[in-house]
Amino acid sequence: MNKIVEKEHFSERVVKIVVEAPLIAKSRKPGNFVIVRVGEQGERIPLTIAGADIQKGTISLVVQKMGVSTTKLCDLEVGDCITDLVGPLGQPTEIHQVGTVLACGGGVGVAPLLPIVEAYKKAGNRVVTILAARSKELVILEDEVRKWSDEVIVMTDDGSYGKKGLITEGMEEVIRREKVDECVTIGPAIMMKFCALTTKKHAIPTVASLNAIMVDGTGMCGACRVTVGGKTRFTCVDGPEFDAHKIDFDEMMARLAGYKPEEQEKMEHFLQQ
Amino acid sequence: MERSDEQIKKERKQPWRVELQKKNKAKDRMAIQRVVMPEVEPEERIKSQRIEVNSQLTKEQVMQEATRCMDCVNPTCMEGCPVSINIPGFIKRIERGEFQEAASVLKETSALPAVCGRVCPQEKQCEAKCFYVEKLNRPAVAIGYLERFAADYERESGTISVPVVAEANGVKVAVVGSGPSGLSFAGDMIKLGYEVTVFEALHEIGGVLKYGIPEFRLPNAVVDVEIENLRMMGVKFVANFIVGQTASLDDLKEAGFKAFYVASGAGLPRFMNIPGENLNGIFSSNEYLTRVNLMGADNVDSDTPVLRGKNVVVVGGGNTAMDSVRTAKRLGAERAMIVYRRSKEEMPARKEEVHHALQEGVEFLTLSNPVEYIAGENGRVSQVKIQKMELGEPDASGRRRPVPIEGSEYLIDASVVVVAVGVSPNPLIPNTVKGLNVSKWGTIEVEQDKMQSSIPELFAGGDIVRGGATVILAMGDGRKAAANMDNYLKKKHQIQARGV
Repeated sequence: MNKIVEKEHFSERVVKIVVEAPLIAKSRKPGNFVIVRVGEQGERIPLTIAGADIQKGTISLVVQKMGVSTTKLCDLEVGDCITDLVGPLGQPTEIHQVGTVLACGGGVGVAPLLPIVEAYKKAGNRVVTILAARSKELVILEDEVRKWSDEVIVMTDDGSYGKKGLITEGMEEVIRREKVDECVTIGPAIMMKFCALTTKKHAIPTVASLNAIMVDGTGMCGACRVTVGGKTRFTCVDGPEFDAHKIDFDEMMARLAGYKPEEQEKMEHFLQQ
Repeated sequence: MERSDEQIKKERKQPWRVELQKKNKAKDRMAIQRVVMPEVEPEERIKSQRIEVNSQLTKEQVMQEATRCMDCVNPTCMEGCPVSINIPGFIKRIERGEFQEAASVLKETSALPAVCGRVCPQEKQCEAKCFYVEKLNRPAVAIGYLERFAADYERESGTISVPVVAEANGVKVAVVGSGPSGLSFAGDMIKLGYEVTVFEALHEIGGVLKYGIPEFRLPNAVVDVEIENLRMMGVKFVANFIVGQTASLDDLKEAGFKAFYVASGAGLPRFMNIPGENLNGIFSSNEYLTRVNLMGADNVDSDTPVLRGKNVVVVGGGNTAMDSVRTAKRLGAERAMIVYRRSKEEMPARKEEVHHALQEGVEFLTLSNPVEYIAGENGRVSQVKIQKMELGEPDASGRRRPVPIEGSEYLIDASVVVVAVGVSPNPLIPNTVKGLNVSKWGTIEVEQDKMQSSIPELFAGGDIVRGGATVILAMGDGRKAAANMDNYLKKKHQIQARGV
């Protein structure tokens, strides 16, 4: 069950794995995520599905080494099994034909963005995608994104690839030159916050896909709560996508950092072993 | 399967029972004092989440307690049991020292006797209907302790009897959720000869018995043995499978499942929508208990963290609140406090749990309600603003309504807060099944005595129907649903009736 059949290193800390999960491959939709657990002492962590192959019965996940759980997952090799894998979870992305869609992906957020870009394109939209990363080696899935985008703009913080600058600069450039009907953003919380501020100025409807801390992923625990438009919502069952203009990103960032000291302790304990 | 009233009466006249009845005079039976359950000392037990509070009675103690039972002509105790356990039947076997046989009697109607013996509110059910309580106003026969002893005796003896199962009829039924209701249903249906598969969303089988109820009340090993027992009877378990998401109900129909029992539980934790409730350090009881009980966050080797605090506030007065506050104590809290808006008398928690919590040093701030949470450093809660309450007129629940006292607010320090004010039904099935009648509270509507929903092949029970109840009521629903689904399927598919 859940055997890893392919593994690719995108960078030192970012790995793509392809896992056997025939039922999830069949039932997943863009925007859905899974919960994985590695080892009998493992933690349950959510990961957005980056793609699926129904014929082969596999799904792909892109993981960035951050703490103990993601390190354990990244350290698995082809032939190893993921102890537990469950999904698909969350509400799928609502895809319509709207005209021009601006898709903004940052860091590993490009992985979950890919199936959404594909779906928008297939629904008959013009899709302009902006990929943002700190530097060249952290730009991932560029070729795959190009396949489903009318145009791809790469932005790097250090200018080592594409244009030098922040994602919002690329967004402003697109918005200046053409009418954008909808925007979708996936990446670090701080990036999504500024993407949302940018599109709000221009009144462009925007959704952000959130990566919250979760335990069960089915609405049971409420660890993933987020304030949207003044109301508490659960990222796992109400999301993971919400109206980016209404999300309280500051609260969300504080909640994401809620276990920092504990996570550090776990990491030290893990490295000692 | 269970016996009819007539059979129970007939059984009472069997020679061994008559002999036993004559062995002791009624007066002598009544002269015996109710047994006292030995407990691990509070200072000792709060050192670990995994030390069970109630320890074991001896053989002599249980045989003497069983002697108290009058073997009534009309065993009213049975009326108090939602799964109709043959109570005198198993108690009288204990009186004779036949503990294995007593366990077999329990398993005729209950899939989880070792669980029920620990977590059932017997004082409100079987024991409340005991002759001693009803006629003598004296402590009931300790039916719960005896049940627990018989189930534990069998488990520890290593020779576990597997109940007789009818010849397989080849009809596949699916169970959604592996909590007490689903397990109880599965046990009955497998006995009737059905091919039963239980689907569970989490990675462990057992539902609330695993993620919710702490090990100091119900050790996981006890639950696992009962699950293993069902597995030996032929029940199949599939973990990491969310019906409605991983595969739809229609997919399962295509795979040959003829009927469904939905026991997906109470999914969504309720919050109070007060300022600051999303600060770090504020948990739902579901999250707090799941991190510790299911994920083992109390153990350093577990990858799952949980926040610990010197001062912990738990909001609520039910069993889940008691489980949470006692867990906080075991995670090292110096002050672990219950904040409850009514008085101790109205608390829905079992008396035994409140008693154990008090022994362990839990503080009770009653007639108190949180109105705001105040942040300290890094967006973590540091204080709770509490408003005092007084009791007004009784409300719909029959309990006196708590009324806030204006201007009575004060602050207490707390770096962890657990909100245990109830749960709403899990929306996954109600949201994904077309044509299913759902109440405005999100519970699945069923025909009361049949547990059958607006979709004839879909039955439901437990918290997804009740909104929030006890393990034993959920199990009772499972038994009712099994009996009625069996009738329904027999009619529909003309299955040859094959009794056990």
